[in-house]
Amino acid sequence: MRVEDRELVAQLCAARAGVRVDVEKTYLIESRLGPVARREGFGSVNDLLTTLRARREDRLAWGIVEAMAHGETAFFRDREPFALFRDEVLPTLAKLRGGEPVRIWSAACASGQEVYSLAMVIEDERARLPGLKVELFGSDLSERQLEKAQSGLYTQFEVQRGLPIRQLVRHFEQDDEMWAISPRIRQMVRWRRINLVADLSTAGRFDVIFCRYVLSSLVEPMKTRLLENLARALGPEGFLFLGRDETATGLGDAFQPVQGRTGLYARNPAFRVAA
Amino acid sequence: MKTCLVVDDSRVIRKVARRILEDIGFEIAEASDGVEALAWCRAAMPEAVLLDWHMPIMDGLEFLKQLRKEPGGDRPTVVFCTVENNIERIREALACGADEYIMKPFDGDIIVTKFAEVGLA
Repeated sequence: MRVEDRELVAQLCAARAGVRVDVEKTYLIESRLGPVARREGFGSVNDLLTTLRARREDRLAWGIVEAMAHGETAFFRDREPFALFRDEVLPTLAKLRGGEPVRIWSAACASGQEVYSLAMVIEDERARLPGLKVELFGSDLSERQLEKAQSGLYTQFEVQRGLPIRQLVRHFEQDDEMWAISPRIRQMVRWRRINLVADLSTAGRFDVIFCRYVLSSLVEPMKTRLLENLARALGPEGFLFLGRDETATGLGDAFQPVQGRTGLYARNPAFRVAA
Repeated sequence: MKTCLVVDDSRVIRKVARRILEDIGFEIAEASDGVEALAWCRAAMPEAVLLDWHMPIMDGLEFLKQLRKEPGGDRPTVVFCTVENNIERIREALACGADEYIMKPFDGDIIVTKFAEVGLA
Protein backbone atom coordinates (compact mmCIF):
# COMPACT_ATOMS: atom_id res chain seq x y z
CA MET A 1 0.00 0.00 0.00
CA ARG A 2 1.47 3.35 -1.03
CA VAL A 3 2.00 6.03 1.58
CA GLU A 4 -0.24 8.43 -0.42
CA ASP A 5 -3.05 5.92 -0.15
CA ARG A 6 -2.61 5.53 3.56
CA GLU A 7 -2.56 9.31 3.91
CA LEU A 8 -5.77 9.56 1.90
CA VAL A 9 -7.44 7.12 4.31
CA ALA A 10 -6.15 9.05 7.33
CA GLN A 11 -7.38 12.37 5.93
CA LEU A 12 -10.78 10.96 5.12
CA CYS A 13 -11.22 9.54 8.62
CA ALA A 14 -10.02 12.71 10.35
CA ALA A 15 -12.18 15.02 8.27
CA ARG A 16 -15.41 13.05 8.42
CA ALA A 17 -15.41 11.61 11.91
CA GLY A 18 -12.32 12.95 13.67
CA VAL A 19 -10.92 9.44 13.75
CA ARG A 20 -7.15 9.16 14.04
CA VAL A 21 -5.44 6.69 11.69
CA ASP A 22 -1.74 5.98 12.07
CA VAL A 23 -0.35 5.98 8.50
CA GLU A 24 2.52 3.73 9.65
CA LYS A 25 0.09 0.91 10.40
CA THR A 26 -0.14 -0.48 6.89
CA TYR A 27 -1.25 -3.91 8.01
CA LEU A 28 -4.09 -2.53 10.13
CA ILE A 29 -5.35 -0.31 7.32
CA GLU A 30 -5.22 -3.13 4.77
CA SER A 31 -6.94 -5.63 7.03
CA ARG A 32 -9.74 -3.19 7.82
CA LEU A 33 -10.26 -2.09 4.22
CA GLY A 34 -10.03 -5.56 2.64
CA PRO A 35 -13.61 -6.45 3.58
CA VAL A 36 -14.85 -3.03 2.39
CA ALA A 37 -13.18 -3.55 -1.01
CA ARG A 38 -14.68 -7.02 -1.36
CA ARG A 39 -18.12 -5.87 -0.30
CA GLU A 40 -18.06 -3.04 -2.82
CA GLY A 41 -16.92 -5.35 -5.61
CA PHE A 42 -13.30 -4.22 -5.96
CA GLY A 43 -10.46 -6.62 -6.67
CA SER A 44 -8.20 -5.01 -4.08
CA VAL A 45 -7.85 -2.19 -1.57
CA ASN A 46 -5.79 -0.34 -4.18
CA ASP A 47 -8.67 -0.45 -6.67
CA LEU A 48 -11.03 0.81 -4.00
CA LEU A 49 -8.80 3.79 -3.24
CA THR A 50 -8.18 4.56 -6.92
CA THR A 51 -11.92 4.81 -7.47
CA LEU A 52 -12.28 6.92 -4.37
CA ARG A 53 -9.67 9.37 -5.68
CA ALA A 54 -11.46 9.63 -9.01
CA ARG A 55 -14.90 10.25 -7.54
CA ARG A 56 -15.50 10.93 -3.87
CA GLU A 57 -18.52 8.75 -3.53
CA ASP A 58 -20.10 9.21 -0.12
CA ARG A 59 -20.97 5.58 0.32
CA LEU A 60 -17.39 4.43 -0.34
CA ALA A 61 -15.93 7.16 1.84
CA TRP A 62 -18.18 6.33 4.78
CA GLY A 63 -17.57 2.61 4.32
CA ILE A 64 -13.86 3.30 4.78
CA VAL A 65 -14.32 5.63 7.76
CA GLU A 66 -16.65 3.21 9.52
CA ALA A 67 -14.27 0.31 9.00
CA MET A 68 -11.35 2.31 10.40
CA ALA A 69 -13.36 3.67 13.35
CA HIS A 70 -14.34 0.18 14.43
CA GLY A 71 -13.09 -0.51 17.96
CA GLU A 72 -13.17 -3.47 20.27
CA THR A 73 -16.05 -3.90 22.66
CA ALA A 74 -17.21 -6.28 25.37
CA PHE A 75 -20.07 -6.73 27.80
CA PHE A 76 -19.41 -4.85 31.06
CA ARG A 77 -16.09 -3.63 29.73
CA ASP A 78 -13.75 -2.79 32.68
CA ARG A 79 -16.57 -3.76 35.10
CA GLU A 80 -16.11 -0.83 37.54
CA PRO A 81 -18.04 1.78 35.51
CA PHE A 82 -21.08 -0.49 35.48
CA ALA A 83 -20.85 -1.04 39.24
CA LEU A 84 -20.59 2.73 39.69
CA PHE A 85 -23.60 3.20 37.43
CA ARG A 86 -25.61 0.59 39.36
CA ASP A 87 -24.64 1.60 42.90
CA GLU A 88 -24.43 5.40 42.67
CA VAL A 89 -25.39 7.05 39.40
CA LEU A 90 -28.66 5.24 38.69
CA PRO A 91 -30.14 5.49 42.24
CA THR A 92 -29.13 9.16 42.48
CA LEU A 93 -30.73 10.05 39.17
CA ALA A 94 -33.82 7.93 39.83
CA LYS A 95 -34.44 9.95 42.99
CA LEU A 96 -33.65 13.25 41.29
CA ARG A 97 -35.97 12.58 38.35
CA GLY A 98 -38.90 11.42 40.46
CA GLY A 99 -41.43 9.96 38.05
CA GLU A 100 -39.67 11.31 34.96
CA PRO A 101 -37.57 8.93 32.88
CA VAL A 102 -33.81 8.82 33.34
CA ARG A 103 -32.35 9.23 29.86
CA ILE A 104 -29.23 7.19 29.14
CA TRP A 105 -27.14 7.28 25.97
CA SER A 106 -24.50 4.81 24.90
CA ALA A 107 -22.59 6.95 22.40
CA ALA A 108 -20.57 4.81 20.00
CA CYS A 109 -22.27 1.62 21.12
CA ALA A 110 -20.65 -0.49 18.37
CA SER A 111 -22.31 -3.92 18.26
CA GLY A 112 -24.41 -3.12 21.33
CA GLN A 113 -22.60 -4.81 24.22
CA GLU A 114 -22.33 -1.60 26.25
CA VAL A 115 -25.94 -0.47 25.93
CA TYR A 116 -27.26 -3.98 26.58
CA SER A 117 -25.03 -4.22 29.66
CA LEU A 118 -26.70 -1.05 30.94
CA ALA A 119 -30.13 -2.45 30.08
CA MET A 120 -29.38 -5.63 32.06
CA VAL A 121 -28.21 -3.61 35.06
CA ILE A 122 -31.42 -1.54 34.95
CA GLU A 123 -33.60 -4.64 34.63
CA ASP A 124 -31.80 -6.31 37.55
CA GLU A 125 -32.19 -3.18 39.72
CA ARG A 126 -35.90 -2.61 39.16
CA ALA A 127 -36.91 -4.32 42.39
CA ARG A 128 -34.65 -1.97 44.34
CA LEU A 129 -35.81 1.15 42.48
CA PRO A 130 -39.60 0.97 42.37
CA GLY A 131 -41.20 3.30 39.85
CA LEU A 132 -37.92 3.69 37.93
CA LYS A 133 -38.44 4.90 34.37
CA VAL A 134 -35.63 4.77 31.88
CA GLU A 135 -35.08 5.69 28.26
CA LEU A 136 -32.09 4.00 26.73
CA PHE A 137 -30.42 5.03 23.50
CA GLY A 138 -27.64 3.46 21.47
CA SER A 139 -25.85 5.26 18.69
CA ASP A 140 -22.94 4.51 16.44
CA LEU A 141 -21.24 5.93 13.40
CA SER A 142 -21.62 2.64 11.56
CA GLU A 143 -24.94 1.40 10.17
CA ARG A 144 -23.51 -2.09 9.95
CA GLN A 145 -22.61 -2.07 13.63
CA LEU A 146 -26.05 -0.72 14.50
CA GLU A 147 -27.69 -3.51 12.53
CA LYS A 148 -25.74 -6.10 14.46
CA ALA A 149 -26.55 -4.33 17.72
CA GLN A 150 -30.26 -4.27 16.94
CA SER A 151 -30.29 -7.95 16.06
CA GLY A 152 -29.15 -8.71 19.62
CA LEU A 153 -27.40 -11.85 18.35
CA TYR A 154 -23.96 -12.75 19.68
CA THR A 155 -21.53 -15.62 19.22
CA GLN A 156 -20.58 -17.89 22.08
CA PHE A 157 -17.24 -16.14 22.10
CA GLU A 158 -18.82 -12.69 22.43
CA VAL A 159 -21.12 -13.65 25.30
CA GLN A 160 -18.09 -14.85 27.23
CA ARG A 161 -16.35 -11.51 26.96
CA GLY A 162 -17.24 -9.84 30.26
CA LEU A 163 -20.73 -11.23 30.69
CA PRO A 164 -21.26 -13.05 34.01
CA ILE A 165 -22.89 -16.45 33.50
CA ARG A 166 -25.91 -15.61 35.66
CA GLN A 167 -26.70 -12.65 33.46
CA LEU A 168 -26.32 -14.84 30.39
CA VAL A 169 -28.89 -17.37 31.62
CA ARG A 170 -31.19 -14.62 32.89
CA HIS A 171 -31.19 -12.36 29.84
CA PHE A 172 -30.34 -14.51 26.81
CA GLU A 173 -31.92 -17.32 24.86
CA GLN A 174 -30.16 -19.91 22.76
CA ASP A 175 -30.64 -19.47 19.02
CA ASP A 176 -28.85 -22.27 17.14
CA GLU A 177 -25.16 -21.48 17.39
CA MET A 178 -25.87 -17.94 18.59
CA TRP A 179 -27.10 -16.32 21.78
CA ALA A 180 -30.01 -13.89 21.46
CA ILE A 181 -30.64 -11.17 24.01
CA SER A 182 -34.18 -11.41 25.38
CA PRO A 183 -36.83 -9.31 23.64
CA ARG A 184 -37.53 -7.57 26.95
CA ILE A 185 -33.97 -6.19 27.05
CA ARG A 186 -33.77 -5.55 23.32
CA GLN A 187 -36.96 -3.50 23.32
CA MET A 188 -35.59 -1.18 26.00
CA VAL A 189 -33.15 0.39 23.54
CA ARG A 190 -33.74 2.89 20.74
CA TRP A 191 -31.12 3.24 18.02
CA ARG A 192 -29.75 5.97 15.82
CA ARG A 193 -26.74 6.63 13.61
CA ILE A 194 -24.82 9.57 15.08
CA ASN A 195 -21.47 11.08 14.14
CA LEU A 196 -20.26 12.42 17.48
CA VAL A 197 -18.10 15.18 16.05
CA ALA A 198 -20.83 16.52 13.76
CA ASP A 199 -23.64 18.81 14.87
CA LEU A 200 -25.33 17.16 17.85
CA SER A 201 -27.94 19.83 18.52
CA THR A 202 -30.74 17.45 17.55
CA ALA A 203 -29.42 14.48 19.51
CA GLY A 204 -31.52 15.28 22.58
CA ARG A 205 -30.84 15.78 26.28
CA PHE A 206 -29.50 13.01 28.50
CA ASP A 207 -28.83 12.31 32.17
CA VAL A 208 -26.07 9.80 31.56
CA ILE A 209 -23.73 9.45 28.59
CA PHE A 210 -21.42 6.50 28.19
CA CYS A 211 -18.79 7.56 25.67
CA ARG A 212 -15.95 5.20 26.33
CA TYR A 213 -12.82 4.81 24.21
CA VAL A 214 -13.92 7.37 21.63
CA LEU A 215 -11.95 10.34 22.95
CA SER A 216 -8.68 8.42 22.76
CA SER A 217 -9.37 7.39 19.17
CA LEU A 218 -9.72 10.95 17.87
CA VAL A 219 -7.29 13.41 16.30
CA GLU A 220 -6.33 16.19 18.74
CA PRO A 221 -8.44 19.05 17.32
CA MET A 222 -11.60 16.96 17.50
CA LYS A 223 -11.23 15.95 21.15
CA THR A 224 -12.38 19.29 22.57
CA ARG A 225 -15.15 19.39 20.01
CA LEU A 226 -16.41 15.96 21.08
CA LEU A 227 -16.49 16.99 24.75
CA GLU A 228 -18.32 20.22 23.98
CA ASN A 229 -20.82 18.31 21.89
CA LEU A 230 -21.40 15.86 24.72
CA ALA A 231 -21.72 18.68 27.26
CA ARG A 232 -24.50 20.21 25.16
CA ALA A 233 -26.33 16.89 25.10
CA LEU A 234 -25.95 16.34 28.84
CA GLY A 235 -28.37 17.78 31.40
CA PRO A 236 -26.90 20.03 34.11
CA GLU A 237 -27.02 17.24 36.71
CA GLY A 238 -25.87 14.59 34.30
CA PHE A 239 -22.86 12.30 34.25
CA LEU A 240 -20.38 11.32 31.55
CA PHE A 241 -18.45 8.06 31.61
CA LEU A 242 -15.16 7.98 29.72
CA GLY A 243 -12.83 5.02 29.13
CA ARG A 244 -10.39 3.87 31.77
CA ASP A 245 -7.34 5.81 30.59
CA GLU A 246 -9.21 8.70 29.04
CA THR A 247 -9.38 12.15 30.61
CA ALA A 248 -11.23 15.37 29.87
CA THR A 249 -8.58 17.33 31.74
CA GLY A 250 -6.79 19.81 29.51
CA LEU A 251 -9.45 19.55 26.80
CA GLY A 252 -11.56 22.66 27.20
CA ASP A 253 -13.67 23.39 30.27
CA ALA A 254 -16.90 21.52 29.53
CA PHE A 255 -16.39 18.81 32.16
CA GLN A 256 -14.88 18.32 35.57
CA PRO A 257 -13.93 14.97 37.08
CA VAL A 258 -16.04 13.55 39.91
CA GLN A 259 -13.53 13.17 42.76
CA GLY A 260 -12.57 9.63 43.62
CA ARG A 261 -14.56 8.14 40.73
CA THR A 262 -12.28 7.08 37.90
CA GLY A 263 -13.62 7.91 34.45
CA LEU A 264 -16.69 9.74 35.76
CA TYR A 265 -17.28 13.37 34.80
CA ALA A 266 -19.90 16.01 35.53
CA ARG A 267 -20.74 19.17 33.64
CA ASN A 268 -18.68 22.16 34.69
CA PRO A 269 -21.28 24.67 35.97
CA ALA A 270 -19.10 27.48 34.61
CA PHE A 271 -19.25 26.06 31.08
CA ARG A 272 -21.74 28.02 29.04
CA VAL A 273 -23.45 26.11 26.29
CA ALA A 274 -23.32 28.16 23.11
CA ALA A 275 -26.71 28.79 21.60
CA MET B 1 -0.24 -18.80 46.93
CA LYS B 2 -3.73 -19.86 45.93
CA THR B 3 -4.27 -23.29 44.48
CA CYS B 4 -6.50 -24.10 41.54
CA LEU B 5 -7.41 -27.71 40.87
CA VAL B 6 -7.77 -28.27 37.13
CA VAL B 7 -10.11 -31.20 36.45
CA ASP B 8 -10.26 -32.39 32.85
CA ASP B 9 -9.77 -35.75 31.16
CA SER B 10 -7.79 -34.09 28.38
CA ARG B 11 -4.11 -33.68 29.16
CA VAL B 12 -3.87 -30.94 26.52
CA ILE B 13 -6.64 -28.87 28.10
CA ARG B 14 -5.06 -29.29 31.54
CA LYS B 15 -1.77 -28.07 30.15
CA VAL B 16 -3.32 -25.03 28.44
CA ALA B 17 -5.32 -24.13 31.55
CA ARG B 18 -2.26 -24.59 33.76
CA ARG B 19 -0.26 -22.12 31.71
CA ILE B 20 -3.02 -19.47 31.80
CA LEU B 21 -3.71 -19.85 35.52
CA GLU B 22 -0.04 -19.94 36.52
CA ASP B 23 0.33 -16.59 34.75
CA ILE B 24 -2.23 -15.05 37.10
CA GLY B 25 -0.53 -16.47 40.15
CA PHE B 26 -2.15 -19.82 40.87
CA GLU B 27 -0.44 -22.97 41.95
CA ILE B 28 -1.93 -25.79 39.89
CA ALA B 29 -3.06 -29.26 40.89
CA GLU B 30 -4.45 -31.61 38.24
CA ALA B 31 -7.04 -34.37 38.18
CA SER B 32 -8.45 -36.27 35.21
CA ASP B 33 -11.84 -37.24 36.62
CA GLY B 34 -14.21 -36.49 39.49
CA VAL B 35 -13.02 -39.28 41.79
CA GLU B 36 -9.42 -38.16 41.55
CA ALA B 37 -10.52 -34.56 42.05
CA LEU B 38 -12.49 -35.46 45.16
CA ALA B 39 -9.43 -37.25 46.59
CA TRP B 40 -7.43 -34.07 46.06
CA CYS B 41 -10.03 -31.97 47.80
CA ARG B 42 -10.21 -34.28 50.80
CA ALA B 43 -6.43 -34.07 51.19
CA ALA B 44 -6.09 -30.32 50.57
CA MET B 45 -9.07 -28.14 49.74
CA PRO B 46 -8.11 -25.77 46.89
CA GLU B 47 -9.27 -22.15 46.59
CA ALA B 48 -10.54 -22.71 43.06
CA VAL B 49 -11.59 -25.56 40.79
CA LEU B 50 -11.68 -25.38 37.00
CA LEU B 51 -14.03 -28.19 36.14
CA ASP B 52 -14.83 -30.13 32.98
CA TRP B 53 -18.30 -31.69 32.77
CA HIS B 54 -18.06 -34.84 30.65
CA MET B 55 -15.42 -37.17 32.10
CA PRO B 56 -15.17 -40.92 32.68
CA ILE B 57 -15.75 -42.52 36.11
CA MET B 58 -17.29 -39.43 37.76
CA ASP B 59 -18.43 -36.41 35.76
CA GLY B 60 -18.06 -32.78 36.74
CA LEU B 61 -21.59 -32.24 37.97
CA GLU B 62 -21.50 -35.32 40.21
CA PHE B 63 -18.13 -34.18 41.57
CA LEU B 64 -19.56 -30.73 42.32
CA LYS B 65 -22.54 -32.18 44.20
CA GLN B 66 -20.20 -34.38 46.27
CA LEU B 67 -17.75 -31.55 46.87
CA ARG B 68 -20.40 -29.24 48.27
CA LYS B 69 -21.29 -31.93 50.84
CA GLU B 70 -17.68 -32.33 52.06
CA PRO B 71 -16.47 -30.50 55.16
CA GLY B 72 -15.13 -27.17 53.84
CA GLY B 73 -16.44 -28.07 50.40
CA ASP B 74 -18.48 -24.88 50.21
CA ARG B 75 -15.28 -22.81 50.13
CA PRO B 76 -13.71 -23.45 46.71
CA THR B 77 -14.86 -21.25 43.87
CA VAL B 78 -15.91 -23.62 41.11
CA VAL B 79 -15.72 -22.57 37.47
CA PHE B 80 -17.05 -25.03 34.92
CA CYS B 81 -15.09 -25.24 31.67
CA THR B 82 -16.87 -27.53 29.24
CA VAL B 83 -18.29 -28.03 25.74
CA GLU B 84 -21.71 -28.37 27.37
CA ASN B 85 -23.49 -25.18 26.27
CA ASN B 86 -27.14 -26.04 26.69
CA ILE B 87 -28.75 -23.28 28.73
CA GLU B 88 -30.77 -25.72 30.86
CA ARG B 89 -27.63 -27.65 31.75
CA ILE B 90 -25.88 -24.40 32.63
CA ARG B 91 -28.78 -23.50 34.95
CA GLU B 92 -28.49 -26.95 36.51
CA ALA B 93 -24.77 -26.46 37.13
CA LEU B 94 -25.40 -23.08 38.79
CA ALA B 95 -28.16 -24.58 40.92
CA CYS B 96 -25.72 -27.29 42.08
CA GLY B 97 -23.25 -24.70 43.30
CA ALA B 98 -21.08 -23.65 40.35
CA ASP B 99 -19.88 -20.04 40.62
CA GLU B 100 -18.99 -19.34 36.99
CA TYR B 101 -19.18 -21.16 33.70
CA ILE B 102 -16.95 -21.22 30.63
CA MET B 103 -18.05 -22.78 27.35
CA LYS B 104 -15.30 -24.35 25.26
CA PRO B 105 -13.54 -23.29 23.16
CA PHE B 106 -12.00 -20.69 25.43
CA ASP B 107 -8.93 -18.49 25.44
CA GLY B 108 -6.77 -16.96 28.14
CA ASP B 109 -8.77 -13.76 28.13
CA ILE B 110 -12.02 -15.59 28.89
CA ILE B 111 -10.50 -17.55 31.78
CA VAL B 112 -8.90 -14.45 33.27
CA THR B 113 -12.06 -12.32 33.04
CA LYS B 114 -14.27 -15.11 34.39
CA PHE B 115 -11.88 -15.61 37.34
CA ALA B 116 -11.90 -11.85 37.93
CA GLU B 117 -15.70 -11.94 37.87
CA VAL B 118 -15.73 -14.26 40.88
CA GLY B 119 -12.97 -12.37 42.67
CA LEU B 120 -10.13 -14.78 41.96
CA ALA B 121 -7.87 -12.65 39.75
